[in-house]
Amino acid sequence: MSTVLTPEAAEPKPDAVRPREHYLNVRFGIASWLLTVDHKRIAILYVVGITLMFFVGGAAATIVRVELMTPAGDLVSRDDYNKLFTAHGIIMVFFYLIPAIPAVLGNFVLPMMLGARDLAFPKLNLLSWYIYVAGGVFTIVALLAGGIDTGWTFYTPYSSADSHTHVIVTALGILIVGFSSILTGLNFVVTIHTMRAPGLTWFRLPLFVWSSYATSLIILLGTPVLAITVVLLAVERIWGVGIFDPAIGGDPLLFQHLFWFYSHPAVYIMVLPAMGVVSELVAAFSRKNVFGYHFIAFASIAIAVLGFLVWGHHMFVAGISPYASLIFSLISFLVAIPSAIKVFNWTATLYQGSVSWQTPMLYALGFIGLFTIGGLTGLFLAALAVDLHVSDTYFIVAHFHYIMVGGTVMAYMGGLHYWWPKMTGKMYPEWWGRFSAILIFFGFNLTFFPQFVLGYQGMPRRYHEYVAEFQILNVMSTAGASILAVGYVVPLIYLLWSLGYAKDAGPNPWGATGLEWQTPSPPPTDNFAKTPVVVNPPYTFTAKEAEVVG
Amino acid sequence: MEADFELFPAQASTIAPLVDGVFWELTAVTAFFTVLIAVMIMVFAIKYRRRSQELPRRIEGSLRLELFWTIVPLVIVMYLFYHSTSVYFTMITPPADAMDVYVVGRQWMWAMQHTGGQREINTLHVPVGRPVKLTMTSQDVIHSFFVPAFRIKQDVLPGRYTTLWFQATRTGKFHLFCTEYCGTNHSTMRGTVHVMEPRDFELWQESQADGSLAAEGRKLFLKLQCVVCHSADARARGPVLEELYRKDVPLEAGLRATADDNYLRESILNPRAKIVAGYQPIMPPYEGEVTEEQVIQLVAYLKTLGRGQTPLRVEATQPPAAYRAPEPPK
Ligand code: HEC
Ligand SMILES: [Cu+2]
Ligand SMILES: [Cu+2]
Repeated sequence: MSTVLTPEAAEPKPDAVRPREHYLNVRFGIASWLLTVDHKRIAILYVVGITLMFFVGGAAATIVRVELMTPAGDLVSRDDYNKLFTAHGIIMVFFYLIPAIPAVLGNFVLPMMLGARDLAFPKLNLLSWYIYVAGGVFTIVALLAGGIDTGWTFYTPYSSADSHTHVIVTALGILIVGFSSILTGLNFVVTIHTMRAPGLTWFRLPLFVWSSYATSLIILLGTPVLAITVVLLAVERIWGVGIFDPAIGGDPLLFQHLFWFYSHPAVYIMVLPAMGVVSELVAAFSRKNVFGYHFIAFASIAIAVLGFLVWGHHMFVAGISPYASLIFSLISFLVAIPSAIKVFNWTATLYQGSVSWQTPMLYALGFIGLFTIGGLTGLFLAALAVDLHVSDTYFIVAHFHYIMVGGTVMAYMGGLHYWWPKMTGKMYPEWWGRFSAILIFFGFNLTFFPQFVLGYQGMPRRYHEYVAEFQILNVMSTAGASILAVGYVVPLIYLLWSLGYAKDAGPNPWGATGLEWQTPSPPPTDNFAKTPVVVNPPYTFTAKEAEVVG
Repeated sequence: MEADFELFPAQASTIAPLVDGVFWELTAVTAFFTVLIAVMIMVFAIKYRRRSQELPRRIEGSLRLELFWTIVPLVIVMYLFYHSTSVYFTMITPPADAMDVYVVGRQWMWAMQHTGGQREINTLHVPVGRPVKLTMTSQDVIHSFFVPAFRIKQDVLPGRYTTLWFQATRTGKFHLFCTEYCGTNHSTMRGTVHVMEPRDFELWQESQADGSLAAEGRKLFLKLQCVVCHSADARARGPVLEELYRKDVPLEAGLRATADDNYLRESILNPRAKIVAGYQPIMPPYEGEVTEEQVIQLVAYLKTLGRGQTPLRVEATQPPAAYRAPEPPK
C-alpha cells in the first residue's frame, strides 16, 4: 500500500561512523534476546525453535522412509517404527506446521503490515514463545525417555488403556504448546482490531492479515477443545475414570469426535496462513493487485466457519451413524468451494501481470499446483463410497502431505525467502534459492504421488511391514524423500551463509507494496519512525516502488 | 494372492466396480482442474513474464468470473456427492439373505466364527456369489477390517458390534488388512479372504464342522445358569427370551429398545444399562466372565431361540445328541 512516507524510512542515510541502529544491533547478548518483547526478535526466536523441530521431525521421517524401502521390517524394531512415525507426526503438526507461519512470519510482519510498532501484548507474545519451548521440552524429553507409540491421533482405548509408552508426558507437551498458539491467536485478533494505521481500513488490509485473522479465530475456538480432550485422556489413563475406554464404561468414539473437532480445523490453522502468504507473493511478483480481493478475504472466513463442521469426515469408517456421515460428507464437499475460489483468483492475478520468477514466486506457484492436487484429492475423502476404501491407507497420507508439505511448507519457504531481506537485511543467493525450490518441488512429487496409488491399491498407513507387491512404489517414494531432504538442507546452509556474506538487501528489494517494505531492512525496533498513513487500496504498485529494483 | 505388482487393485466384489466408478469420476475432475490450473499458470507466467519495469494495469476482479468459478465447481461437487452417497448406501445395507460370519479382532489376530461353528484365525473362507455379512467386535483396542479387493472397510470397536458386508465375484485369495493402528504388531495383523466355488465351500464347511455357534451358545446358556432366571416357567425371575430377536422391548421409564445384536450383547455383559420394564435389576453382569467369542455364541443362540424352545432347568448342560440349532426366523 502506498503511504505518506517519512523521509528517513525511505532512504536510510548511510552513517559512516556508526551503522544505522536496527532491531538486531540495538542490543547484544543472550539476555537481550531471551527477555526481548520486540515482535521481530520473538519471531527470530521462533525461527530457531521451529527449524530445530522441523529437522528433528524430518529425521524421524527419514528413518521411516528408509525402513519402508523393503517389505520386511529390517532396519528398526516394530515398536521403534511405531514411535518414529508418532514422533514425526506430533513434532511436525504441533511444533512445526501449526506455529510456523503465524509465529515466525506472522509475528515478524503482521504488526508492520498494520503500521504498528508491535503486537498488542508484547509480553504475552514472549510468554507464548516460552510456552512453546516448554511444550517442546516436554515432548523431546518424552522422546528421549523412550518415546510414545500411539500415532499423533492418540486414539483411545489404545492410548488410554493399552500403550505402555510416555503418553502422559507427550500429551502434556501438546496441551502446553496449545496455549502458546492460543496466546498468539489472541494477540493477533486484538492487534488487527485495534492497531491498524490511520487509513488502513479492513478492506485495505493485505490478504495475509485476513487469513491470519481467520486462523486466529480458529485457534481461539478450537484449541481449548484439544486441551479438554488431552486432559480427559490423562484423567482416564491416570485415575481409570471411564471416559473413552468401553471396558470401564467409556466411549472410544467420543474421543475421536473431540479430537477431530480440533484437529480438522487445525488443518486450516496450518493452511490458511499459507494461503495468506501466497496471496502476498503472487501480488508482489506479478506487480499486480490480487484479483478478486474481497472473494479471497471472505473465502478465508468461510473456510474458518465451515472448517468447524466437517470433523466427522475422519470417522466415516469409525462406526458413526450413516446419516451423520451424509451431512459431514455434504459439508466437506462444500468446503472445497472457497479453496477453489482462492486458487482461481490467484491464477487470474497473473493475467496481464509483470511476472518475475524469483525464488519466493517459484514457491508460490508450486504451492498453487500442489495445493490444487491436495484439495481435489480431498474430494475423494469427502465422497463416502471412496473414503470407505481409502481411509487409513497411504492415500490419506499422500493427501494430507500435499496439503501440509506441498501447501504449508512451500508457503513457509516462499514467505521466508520473501521476507528474509526484511528480517536480516541480507539477500539470499538467488540461484541457490531457485535450485532448491525446484528440487523440493520434484522431490516432493516423487515422494508423495506414488502414495496415492499405493493407497488405492490398499496399503494401510502406519505399516512397518507390508506385502511384497507394494515395494516398487515405496522405493520410488523413498527416492523422492531423499531428494526432498537435500532440498531442505540446502536453504538451511545458504540462508545461514547469507547472514554473514550476502549483499545488503535495501528496504524494498522486490518493489513490493505493504507497509513492511516501507521501513528500512532490518527495521528499527519501533518499526516506523513515524506512523504511516494509508491512502490507497491494497496492492497499489507505483513507479516509485518499481524503481527500487532497478 | 495377487503377488504381482498391479497398478490398479483387483475388483473382486459386487461393490468394487461401483466404488471404482466414483473413483474414476473424481480422478477425471481432479485431472481436469489440475491440468487447467497448471496450464494457465504456465501460460501466464511465460506470456506475462517481466520484460520491463513498466507496471501492469490494475484489475480489481470480475463478479461474472467469480460466479462462474463458484457455481461450476458447486454443481460438480453436488453431483459427486449425490453419486458417492448413493453408492455408499448400497455399501452399508446388507441384503436380507446374507450369510452371517462373526469376527473378533484382538491384538494381533482376527478370529472368525461361522454359524456352522467353523472357526478360523486370520483366514476367512466364503463362497463366491453369495452375500456375506460380518458382525464384528474387538476384545481390546480398535482395529479395522479392510479387504482392498472388495473395497470395503469398517472399524472394529471394543464394546459394540459393527457390521460389514460384501459379495465376492471372483474366486481366489485376497488380502485382509487391519487398518486401524493397534499397537506393536499392527502391520502383521493381516489375513486372507479365501473365496471359493460354492461346492468347494460346502466341502470345506463340512470338513470343519464342530457344533454350530447356536449349539455352543445353548451349552453356555445352561452352563452359565442363564436358564435359572430365564426359564419359561412360573419361577422365572427374568423375562422369557424366546423370539426376542428384532423385537421392540419396553424398558424402564417408558423407554424402548430394539433387540438387535448390540442390544443382546449389552444385555448379557452389562444388563444394568437397559432394564426391561417390570423386572428387577438382578441379572449379574457377565462382563469379564465370558469372552467375546462366547458372547457371540450366546447371541447366536438367542437369535435362534423360538417359541417353546427354552430348555428345562433340569436339563443337563449337554444338549441331546440329536440337537440341531433351529433355523433363524426369516
Ligand atoms: C439372576 C437371574 C438372571 C440370570 C442368572 C441371568 N439373567 Fe438375564 N435377565 C434377568 C432379569 C431380571 C432381566 C430383566 C431385567 C434387565 O433387563 O436387566 C434379564 C434380562 C435379560 C435379557 C434382556 C431380555 C429382554 O427381554 O430384553 C437378556 C438377553 C438376558 N437377560 C440374557 C441372559 C443370559 C444370556 C444369561 C446367562 C449368561 C442371563 N441372562 C442370566 C435375570 C437373569
Ligand atoms: Cu479433516
Ligand atoms: Cu491394527
